Amino acid sequence: MTATSGTRPDTPAPSPPLPEPRGALSAAVVGALRGTHAVLPPARETERADAYGEDLHLALYTLYELHYRGFACVDDRVEWDPGLLRLRGDLERRFLAALRADLPPGGDVAEAMAALLVEPVMDDGNSVSHFLQDEGQLGHLREYAALRSLYHLKEADPHAWVIPRLRGRAKAAMVAVEYDEFGAGRAEDVHARLFADLMTDLGLDPAYGRYLDAGTAEALATVNLMSLLGLHRSLRGALVGHFAAVEVTSSPGSRRLARAMRRAGAGPAARRFYDEHVEADAVHEQVVRHDVVGGLLADEPHLAPDVVFGIEATGLLEDRFGRSLLAAWRAGRTAPRRPLGPPPVRPGPEGRSRDR
Amino acid sequence: MPRESERPRRVTVRRTGPLLVEGPVEVVLEDGSVVCSRRFTVAICTCRRSRAYPWCDTSHRRRVGTAETRSDERRPDERRTDEGKAEP
Repeated sequence: MTATSGTRPDTPAPSPPLPEPRGALSAAVVGALRGTHAVLPPARETERADAYGEDLHLALYTLYELHYRGFACVDDRVEWDPGLLRLRGDLERRFLAALRADLPPGGDVAEAMAALLVEPVMDDGNSVSHFLQDEGQLGHLREYAALRSLYHLKEADPHAWVIPRLRGRAKAAMVAVEYDEFGAGRAEDVHARLFADLMTDLGLDPAYGRYLDAGTAEALATVNLMSLLGLHRSLRGALVGHFAAVEVTSSPGSRRLARAMRRAGAGPAARRFYDEHVEADAVHEQVVRHDVVGGLLADEPHLAPDVVFGIEATGLLEDRFGRSLLAAWRAGRTAPRRPLGPPPVRPGPEGRSRDR
Repeated sequence: MPRESERPRRVTVRRTGPLLVEGPVEVVLEDGSVVCSRRFTVAICTCRRSRAYPWCDTSHRRRVGTAETRSDERRPDERRTDEGKAEP
């Protein structure tokens, strides 16, 4: 591994462009990465920021992105810039404090998990997958996919960071699930790749980071939670709880989304992504619950409150995201911040675009 | 993943969930047809409610709702009485 991006024999995977700032915090981060902004906001400024607002979340998302794919024209080494890490820490503290304040304290793992393991007989009016299944138009599905692409194009990446922090049963099980997420040794089956194919089927641009400017605060926050929990060893219990919550709720939701894709006449790749998740996540749920969560708590029982926090924080942010989508759609508005634009021009017979 | 042939294949039984079998697995159905899953672990439906039978699709989960919603007529496949319990 090298710290700098030297010349390589083949074309390196392209990094996305920097996003457009949405306020003082994100402007400072983008400016610092461009090299046009020398002074970063002090802690008292982040303490006043809206903990769920789009300025804070875009600033945080942009700082986290340095640990994934970086940005075009930004030196890869700024990932470890002490000033940016200090700012990231301030933003994280603000976000974490809000989550802890908004979630009920205590609760045990079995109870938190049991609440996820029941299926509503019918939609209570707050479920995005029920809405899409029952009345979703192709336009809704495109918007949903564009916003979710902020995560799915790096699906399972934030969770890989927890691996060296686990041991024994929890580690073996976590790696097994991640292996499945990463295509079980086949590049064409990597879930992020299946999602890129889904986007192409829906007439979206599958380029990594393409819809960051379209991403709402609620959408960004769901991904920031994963990055936050993944990057901090001290939050490993919460990362595991979060991962369990995602895997437990994915299978029935994916079934509804697969139906929505069929109803709206989406192509085969769009249907395949959700069909795959119905079956895969029915397995992952069992393995994560019994071996990853069970193994971690056998090893480190004092992390139980953190596991609960991870489960509950995921629910809180997913609910906020869902409500924001449904509020927009029911009012006849588009959910993303920006129009998604027409489908990208397909490349020639050389094949479909790899992520540009 | 390499698996030594002398090592027995592990099947994990859960009272209220699917049978977990180390993959890859072939299942012969009643009509003689054979389906295959190559996943590292395969979850085989035991409640017979799965819409992806023989694979588990989490249809064993306890369904919750009011009496009013239980008589909902929109989706017959969703109107199943449920004796199953959420797992601990």
